Amino acid sequence: MRVLLIGFGNPGRKDDGLGPMLAQRLEGVGLEGLDVDSDYQLTVEDAESVARYDAVVFADASVNAEEPFEFKRIRPAGAPGFSSHSVEPEAVLMLAKTLFGREPEAYVLGIRGYEFNDFGEGLSEGAAANLEAAARFVRKQVKQWLTGGG
Amino acid sequence: MSAKTMKRVIIEPVTRVEGHGKVSLLLDDKNHVKQARLHIVEFRGFERFIQGRPYWEIPVLVQRLCGICPVSHHLAAAKAMDVIVGADTLTPTAEKMRRLMHYGQMFQSHALHFFHLCSPDLLFGFDADVAIRNVIGVARKYPDLAVQGVMMRKYGQEIIKATAGKKIHGTGAIPGGVNKNLSIAERDLFLKDIEQMLAWGRSAVKLAKDYTVEHLQKLAPFGSFDSNHLSLIRADGAMDLYHGNLRAIDAAGKKIFDQVNYQKYYDYIVEEVKDWSYMKFPFIKSLGPEKGWYRVGPLARLNTADFIDTPEAEKARKEFVAVTHGKPNNITMAYHWARMIETLHSIEKIRDLLHDKDLQGKDLVVTGTRRSEGVGLIEAPRGTLFHHYKVNEQDQVVMANLIVSTTNNNTPMNLAVQKVAEDHISGQPKITEGLLNHIEVAIRAYDPCLSCATHALGRMPLVVELFDHEGNLVERREK
Repeated sequence: MRVLLIGFGNPGRKDDGLGPMLAQRLEGVGLEGLDVDSDYQLTVEDAESVARYDAVVFADASVNAEEPFEFKRIRPAGAPGFSSHSVEPEAVLMLAKTLFGREPEAYVLGIRGYEFNDFGEGLSEGAAANLEAAARFVRKQVKQWLTGGG
Repeated sequence: MSAKTMKRVIIEPVTRVEGHGKVSLLLDDKNHVKQARLHIVEFRGFERFIQGRPYWEIPVLVQRLCGICPVSHHLAAAKAMDVIVGADTLTPTAEKMRRLMHYGQMFQSHALHFFHLCSPDLLFGFDADVAIRNVIGVARKYPDLAVQGVMMRKYGQEIIKATAGKKIHGTGAIPGGVNKNLSIAERDLFLKDIEQMLAWGRSAVKLAKDYTVEHLQKLAPFGSFDSNHLSLIRADGAMDLYHGNLRAIDAAGKKIFDQVNYQKYYDYIVEEVKDWSYMKFPFIKSLGPEKGWYRVGPLARLNTADFIDTPEAEKARKEFVAVTHGKPNNITMAYHWARMIETLHSIEKIRDLLHDKDLQGKDLVVTGTRRSEGVGLIEAPRGTLFHHYKVNEQDQVVMANLIVSTTNNNTPMNLAVQKVAEDHISGQPKITEGLLNHIEVAIRAYDPCLSCATHALGRMPLVVELFDHEGNLVERREK
């Protein structure tokens, strides 16, 4: 089983950087079977990457998720609700399915953040704690997947 | 007309335009357009964010401005910092690595815009059902085109990764040069697919050209108006997307200024503030705010250039110029055709660079006499991008002024909105989504990049709001 985690967001906008920071954290751990990518946002070419994996986790900051994070299954969905500045995870899956004939098991990991509006690097105290919890969860979840634990 | 009988339509944010935008239409009781404006939420606070930071951090920090075109900010800032460190001429390896990065950015950005943002309008029609007129609709009905767009985008992104480093922490360009060359293995990886990319570049030009020529009667007046045009230009008059001097021409092609060293851009370009918009309105100083506004981006660059120095793009340019009998093309919707000619030019440049052994050179950085002020300009995908910095003796940035491409196109985009509103919406008994999309089509032609708010989950719903003249919310729809 091959797993991809894409952490996305803008690290120059405080807690909006939660996704890339999670990606960076997991990259450092070096879990076998887990590939990690990060970007400012999801874009159409992510569909081609996603299509090459069995499971995908889209990790992003969330302004309203339950603390410390929400983890939910998502499925391919059409265009309503997304604009071009970033393609929504469901639309990436739809493109992967339509263009490349693959539909990996996919999840959104929405990590709760609190400060988004100003330029600045570094996380708020609450977001930093939520990041730790999310990193622990992903490590455990990926190990379960790779050992067939579901 | 009593103010009480007017109503205001707000489209917020503009869909399939990068970032945040809001269109407000003020209509009277007969649905005649009384006022049409594009509001853009420009970044604020960035200058404060970087004040006090050491100058060598700036090419990395400025990428935080924009998730759409971080490479353009990275390179413009690096070019300004070249001036600060006195690096007046980079090594061949450094300049060519930066150019490769830039052409990769241009190629992927233009491909994304054409195949995934504007193609739904062109393939299905401006007022087609919104449930189909989107990128998923294109993927279902024209999968080959959609795959082409994805793979072109990916190719450009991989070039950026190889030249700049990680997508989110690009560090390739540094003051005075670059921090890596291109390995043989990386080069060979890109050469493997270059012929396919060239073929797709050619077919994209044909698609854009055929569409424009076939629909010329409809497209020519659509959001169109005469304007000045501005871009960088090479010393011999060739299009140069990475470096050059400034040239501005009027709507008839007469030069307003030419071969201006951009270190003194502020003697030629000034910015006007208007009370209803956060975004400034730049204009050519000698002409004043009423007549001095100009367009930037692919259309402007095709108009200002005397020629293109790659053969296939030059052939395409000649066909483009023939449509307006050698005069500047002022058709807003011709931006798409111009954009695809630049896409072909970029991939021709990438091919030439990949065959250049200088990319494997080891001499990466130069320095010179330190200066306290530097300006860096680049032709970003959306148009001319200005970065201007002052640095104190402790190497800290004390002043930053940025004019982004979309700011340069602020007045033209507003005029395009007004023109389309007057031509297509004014007096219509019912304002449908398809009619409102006509306005977005005109804005999308400019491919505006509205830097960078956050996009965390739960934010930025797509909202259409209808207000009466007193600001009371009459109707609200989320897309």
